[in-house]
Amino acid sequence: MLLDKALNSDTNLLEVDNLQVAFHTPDGTVTAVNNLNFTLGQGETLGIVGESGSGKSQTAFALMGLLAKNGNIQGEARFEGDNILSLSDKAMNRIRSKDIAMIFQDPMTSLNPYMKVGEQLIEVLTLHKGMKKAEAFEASVKMLDAVKMPEARKRMAMYPHEFSGGMRQRVMIAMALLCQPKLLIADEPTTALDVTVQAQILTLLNELKSDFNTSIIMITHDLGVVAGLCDKVLVMYAGQTMEYGTAEDIFYHPTHPYTQGLLKAIPRLDSDSGLLATIPGNPPNLLNLPAGCPFEARCEFARAQCLTQAPRLDTFASGQRAACHKPTEGWAV
Amino acid sequence: MQTQKTLMEVRNLKVHFNIKSDNAWPWQKGHALKAVDGVDLTLYEGETLGVVGESGCGKSTLARALLRLVPITEGNVVWLGQDLTELDKKQMRDKRQELQMIFQDPLASLDPRMTVGDIIAEPLHTFHPDWSKQTVKEAVRQMMDRVGLLPNVINRYPHEFSGGQCQRIGIARALILKPKLIVCDEPVSALDVSIQAQVVNLLKELQAEMNLSLVFIAHDLSVVKHISDRVLVMYLGNPVELASKHSLYAQPKHPYTKALMSAVPVPDPQIERNKSIQLLTGDLPSPINPPSGCVFRTRCPHATDVCQGQKPRLYPVSDDHQVACSRLEDIPA
Repeated sequence: MLLDKALNSDTNLLEVDNLQVAFHTPDGTVTAVNNLNFTLGQGETLGIVGESGSGKSQTAFALMGLLAKNGNIQGEARFEGDNILSLSDKAMNRIRSKDIAMIFQDPMTSLNPYMKVGEQLIEVLTLHKGMKKAEAFEASVKMLDAVKMPEARKRMAMYPHEFSGGMRQRVMIAMALLCQPKLLIADEPTTALDVTVQAQILTLLNELKSDFNTSIIMITHDLGVVAGLCDKVLVMYAGQTMEYGTAEDIFYHPTHPYTQGLLKAIPRLDSDSGLLATIPGNPPNLLNLPAGCPFEARCEFARAQCLTQAPRLDTFASGQRAACHKPTEGWAV
Repeated sequence: MQTQKTLMEVRNLKVHFNIKSDNAWPWQKGHALKAVDGVDLTLYEGETLGVVGESGCGKSTLARALLRLVPITEGNVVWLGQDLTELDKKQMRDKRQELQMIFQDPLASLDPRMTVGDIIAEPLHTFHPDWSKQTVKEAVRQMMDRVGLLPNVINRYPHEFSGGQCQRIGIARALILKPKLIVCDEPVSALDVSIQAQVVNLLKELQAEMNLSLVFIAHDLSVVKHISDRVLVMYLGNPVELASKHSLYAQPKHPYTKALMSAVPVPDPQIERNKSIQLLTGDLPSPINPPSGCVFRTRCPHATDVCQGQKPRLYPVSDDHQVACSRLEDIPA
């Protein structure tokens, strides 16, 4: 199994151990990410799926060292063996873009509106690779070509507002890939885009995966996006891992009631049922998480044990992991 | 379908906005932005008409034009035999009892300084000023119960609710006057998957119970498939295909509809990895200066010189299927 191989091999690019992200707010401490563990091998794609407030974006920000000031990180994230969470800002700046790059959700606001697109691209190369301007210009044009930007040379002299949303996201992807990073973190890269544009961007990411052998962490709420792109999937809820496994495991043999409910609740283009299956209720308040399983209040299988005792993340024979009392206790599904 | 009672007939509806650049001279004329450019449709009692399309296709403007919330440039909206475009302000206001709307952003569409009870009761105060306080309160309570809001939240303010609950408040406010038609403008696109399923199911139940007609605007083809009886696909202000749900999703005819459908990701890794996506090239043209003839021709893989001439209008290809394409016979199915 893919997951097993990745878990045992020494060639993991990124290993995240017990990552915890907490924010101190006037109302109390919000634990946005709790005890997160995953590994990512060279060339692999991991999908992190969850609804709003599940902690998926904060995981990305923590890995990039971009947390808000009141954020507090615990745990380890070893990138090629070094813990990147304990690095100084200066050391982190050297890794960012060169080794790890990020694509943000909103391509409208993540480019500098006062700078020509070309200048923004060239800046990355002169800063991180020490290139001369002319050389950086040619490399940038080449990269814009690689992300299928029409008339790339002409576009270098244009400002972000002259680009459409899809084109801006291409600029973001080109910028992220300029230094050929080993790891690309994409935080909802297609959420703000239309479906036909989303299809263009996803096709592009799939091609980049095979061309550059880049490892990707894809953060999204859309299980459809994950299905086409990811080798492994991590399902998060209220800051915790609910289920972790290969894409096949998660989509065809989900064991956690939350994953099962989520898959049933999506209206699908390829099937037609009457009423949608729903997950009743609302996600819990992160300020005041229950002592037991965070999904207990909405779970149809919940028992007394779930209220008091938080389930461990158990590993099955296949390598798939789920944090639920049900599968381990042998409850009927 | 034909035997059903017709509620609304829309004939050649056009909504053009006059756009003037900031540094234009006072005597210079602005440009017409053709947000909706010639829509014909018939709405029957008790049915759901889905309207899909990407951003900028005019679906929200169409929704607003149906209720005359934006000035109509040309064409007619006939509601139960009466042309809404001929009514004056006061007459239109009375008509709005029968025509209600649910908005995209659940929190922004509720007055933050009014309690839930006041928000839901406001339409009653407007249209039934003679009702006693007790009657109004009773009606509000019943409606809250119907949309799944607990009676003890009646004195709370919108900010205390989650997105899904705010949308329930919006639905209760729209339904309290017992309208015949509700126009829903992207009612679930701001909600998480598990909450989205709850709201979609609620709308379906209420529709069956109150014999409502719905116009359901969305960009998500899967959600629209789930809730609609018939679906209208729009592109750049123009209708491109109008068909019964089954006919449209089983056999999309228009090249744009085909591309749109192939772009929707399906949550199934095997299907998703092996499917061929029909990628659209280029960007959406500007609605200020749309292409001559067929508006889709600049991105259509089948476009020829024929498409530059007359703008194709919707014409029937079978009982429940209309397409606007000049080259339909020449396009392989």
